Amino acid sequence: MTNKTVLEKNKSVLANVFNCGLAWVDERFPLTSNIKAHLTEYYAPKNFNFWYFFGSLSLLVLVLQIVTGIFLTMHYKPDANLAFASVEYIMRDVPWGWLIRYMHSTGASMFFVVVYLHMFRGIIYGSYRNPRELIWLFGVAIFLCLMGEAFFGYLLPWGQMSYWGAQVIVNLFSAIPFIGPDVSEWLRGDYLVSDATLNRFFAFHVIALPFVLAGLVAAHIIALHEVGSNNPDGIEIKKLKDKKTGIPLDGIPFHPYYSVKDIVGTVVFLMVFSTVVFFAPEMGGYFLEANNFVPANPLVTPAHIAPVWYFTPYYSILRAVPPFPGISMLGIPPSLFPGVVAMGLSVMVFALLPWLDKSPVKSIRYRGTLYKKWLAAFVVSFVVLGYLGTEPSNVWGQFGAWLGNAERATVVARIFMIIYFAFFALMPWYTKKDKTLTVPERVTG
Amino acid sequence: MSDNHSDGHQASSQLDQASQVDLEKRNFLIASSSVGVLGCAAAAVPFVLSMTPSERAKAAGAPVEVDVSKIAAGSMITVEWRGKPVWIINRTNEMTDELPKHNDQLIDPDCEVTSQQPGYCKNKDRSIKSNLAVVVGICTHLGCSPSAKLQPKGDMGDNWSGGFFCPCHGSKFDLAGRVFKGSPAPVNLVVPPHKYLTENTLLIGVDTEDKA
Repeated sequence: MTNKTVLEKNKSVLANVFNCGLAWVDERFPLTSNIKAHLTEYYAPKNFNFWYFFGSLSLLVLVLQIVTGIFLTMHYKPDANLAFASVEYIMRDVPWGWLIRYMHSTGASMFFVVVYLHMFRGIIYGSYRNPRELIWLFGVAIFLCLMGEAFFGYLLPWGQMSYWGAQVIVNLFSAIPFIGPDVSEWLRGDYLVSDATLNRFFAFHVIALPFVLAGLVAAHIIALHEVGSNNPDGIEIKKLKDKKTGIPLDGIPFHPYYSVKDIVGTVVFLMVFSTVVFFAPEMGGYFLEANNFVPANPLVTPAHIAPVWYFTPYYSILRAVPPFPGISMLGIPPSLFPGVVAMGLSVMVFALLPWLDKSPVKSIRYRGTLYKKWLAAFVVSFVVLGYLGTEPSNVWGQFGAWLGNAERATVVARIFMIIYFAFFALMPWYTKKDKTLTVPERVTG
Repeated sequence: MSDNHSDGHQASSQLDQASQVDLEKRNFLIASSSVGVLGCAAAAVPFVLSMTPSERAKAAGAPVEVDVSKIAAGSMITVEWRGKPVWIINRTNEMTDELPKHNDQLIDPDCEVTSQQPGYCKNKDRSIKSNLAVVVGICTHLGCSPSAKLQPKGDMGDNWSGGFFCPCHGSKFDLAGRVFKGSPAPVNLVVPPHKYLTENTLLIGVDTEDKA
């Protein structure tokens, strides 16, 4: 026997062992059929572009956060007397602790970067439209869950910003008429943000919400693979199938085509991510705020408190709405509730998109200028509100007496808040009125 | 063959029965599901209640005794009650005389919002003793702690008659903790339940009705 034939024989033996093993598993668990359904025979449109990186990148960041989080809990102490010092201990004494912690803190911000881009992709290509409403709703639930994760996690280092941020947000609940004060006391488990609050926020952050998040992500992907992916043309590729094979004419298998594409995206993302982790983990105070390097002090409020950047558009809206003055004749007290409602609405309103959009086309490629103008106005207001939320409300000084000495930044925030809500409220009108183009039969690449 | 025949007959009669609603079974299912839901709700109660303030937290929220004789006229001290800063301000006569003069600039000059002070402090000074103000130093906007600007004028401008300024969002309060118009804070600062045990001993957290 020559060497070559021995090698071939060995190969076929190995292949046989592998195939026998796989058959053994397949009789007991749908392994091969699941790999086919979700990877090798999941047909995605062939015209995915740059915007389609951010779904898989969100999944990557979720895994990064879970892994780094597990290692942080090995050293962190959820105790008001020990928490701040245990974070410093991780940063200074735990081998490579600084890296794991910076990966986790940078991961939190990067999560919102990729999720915001992922949501924007869904908006411009109409991915929320029929038949993908449930995918979108699961996505909005994931977004809410993520905001909860970020909020609960931010208390854990027990710095001044952690403390007063939690104080402000929990106090928002006390603005709910009648039951509010009891609700916020129940959330805190004390009369103020305290050890009890820290301990339960830890429980929410490390087990309750990650569990819900994982379930929602599974639902999001199962729903996606049931109806199939949308694409930059907003065309249903399942309408035109190869008559023999039943495969969509414009579809290609997710693996290897998009798995390879996503590897490129992952590499580029990790380059950006590492640059932040190693060279600018605080990102000039936007990812980690200066006041959070001071231990929590319940008796002294920092001169300026602001949430982390990814919450600031909604925080701006909260601040921009004037309080309800109250009706003394009816015994109705003044209340912050309108601002709290507006802030809640500004987040929840995304869930209504599938039903607000009345356009005959899905993708921005075939929409008219009217829609594009409204979308641009929305993006500008989101960014301006986001910027203003990071600054104190007197950042631009005051108008003169002709406008009652009103703060310029507050007036600007009110104007952009109106545009923000008008984008949604007027959507049924302007998407119907918009002059759309004809959508082609096949995807355009 | 006869066996097969009878089997087929039995199956078709079962099918007939299946298409009819068995009301007894349905009522039983509704009743048992309702009991199940009630049971789950009852089982959730201990978990929900476990999140309310514990006995230890309630004990830490116990009343605080303060000797007020050492506070110089025109100055204030801060004590901690339930972890919150409580200000005790010893106002001079000029300061209390000033209070009613700026009523027109206030959101709620007459303390109509009953949740912000006990009934016995719903008066022009918002206090039991005219010169001693007892106020929780937490802004009613979003819970920051305002800074003391007790003296008139100064860096607060020429119209300032003394009071407090919240650094977070610019709410302004007078020396009775009443909020000025134009502030983001909707209501006056909270006056905690309190009473005087002796001439100079103040007990914060309990009032005459002994309500903590």
